[in-house]
Formats: sequence, C-alpha cells, structure tokens
Amino acid sequence: MIRLTFDPFDPGALLSEFCRDRKEVGAVATFTGLARADTGSTTILELEAYPGFTEGQIGKIADQARARFTLDDVLILHRVGKIAPGEPVVFVATAARHRRAAFEACDFLMDYLKSKAPFWKKEHGPDGARWVEPKPQDHADLARWEKETST
Amino acid sequence: MARVLLFGRLSDLAGWRDREIDSPFLSALRSRLAAEDADLGQALAGPGVQVALDQVIVRGDAPLNARTEVAFLPPMSGG
Repeated sequence: MIRLTFDPFDPGALLSEFCRDRKEVGAVATFTGLARADTGSTTILELEAYPGFTEGQIGKIADQARARFTLDDVLILHRVGKIAPGEPVVFVATAARHRRAAFEACDFLMDYLKSKAPFWKKEHGPDGARWVEPKPQDHADLARWEKETST
Repeated sequence: MARVLLFGRLSDLAGWRDREIDSPFLSALRSRLAAEDADLGQALAGPGVQVALDQVIVRGDAPLNARTEVAFLPPMSGG
C-alpha cells in the first residue's frame, strides 16, 4: 500500500499492523526516516507532492521491488506538508519469506524515494528557506541497483 | 485551456503554482511563459526539469488540448 499523509504517524503502530496475521512471511524489514534538525539549521521541513502522480510513480517502483525481491507485501507511508525535527517523514515496510530479500527491498525502495520519487523538499531555518535537491551520494546510492540489473 | 502546474522551486520563482493557459503545443506554452517571465522560462528549460502531461512524463514537444494538465517538475527529493 502506498499512502501520503499530512498527519504525524506512529511507526510502531504501523509495524504491528503490518506484521498482523502473517504466518508464512518469515521476514519483515522496516525503515523509518526522521526529520533532522541539522544542529538547529532546520526548524521545519516542508514536503510537496503531486497528488495522484506521486502515488502512481511510487506504486510503479513498489511493483518493481515486489518482482525483483519476491516480496509478499510492501507498505510505504510518506508525510507531506510541514514536519518538525524528530517526526517521522517516511516509513517503509517489506515482507518476504527470508530476511535478505526484505532488507534489500527496503534499501532499494529508500534509494529510489531519496532521488526519484516525486517530492519536493524545502528546509525552513533561521537563515530562511531553501529547496533541497538530491545529492551526488543519493544518485550513487540509486546507481548501485542499476548496475546489478544490467549485469 | 491547458492547466499548468509548477512544483518545488519553480512555483516560488514564478509566484504562482496553478494557472489556466491557452496554448496548442507544449513548445508554444514554454515560449509564452518565457516571454512573460524570462527567469521562469530559463528555469523551465533548465537541467533536470521534467514535464508531465496528464501525469505522464513526456520528452520534446507535444500537442495540448483544452483539458491537458501540464506539470513542470524540478529535480525530486523525498525520504
């Protein structure tokens, strides 16, 4: 399931719900991204999405992850709007028969979300606001998966 | 009238995020926006800015109809 939300969420509750009634899955991996204060330089993080398009694009990559890592299930919840430091921004959960697939799928999905998912991120701080674009490291992280695909 | 949407830094630069503009082609729409606002025109043509027509990414020129949703998407960053 792919969902965007303006409201804060509880990663623990999401994990409990995601694990409920799974008798054949064996492995669930999760990632929770928190908004960072960057030693006071960011007071509010603001995320913008393109409703409909954003969920659709993430859905396509979730389908790729399902096929590539033979997942039983995927959950991606992403905040939009204004987010305070320390609040969860993104929660990814993957379910598979074995742990390696679950871990790798979670890693793959996060690398995609950092640099290719349709979100635009603005950091508000004492020195004003600035738009954040993917860093070279984010592109390098995503490229790891492309190399593996082409070989 | 195509519905034009700007995201991220593009809407801050332009001072609007959603406008109805009558234009038969994407190229003509770009020219018209650049004539109104040279900085915006340059930003729309800048590296990493993609265009979606009715939520599908397109490259190059394309015809627009009266109800096409045209979205200009600067480099994306989530997580």
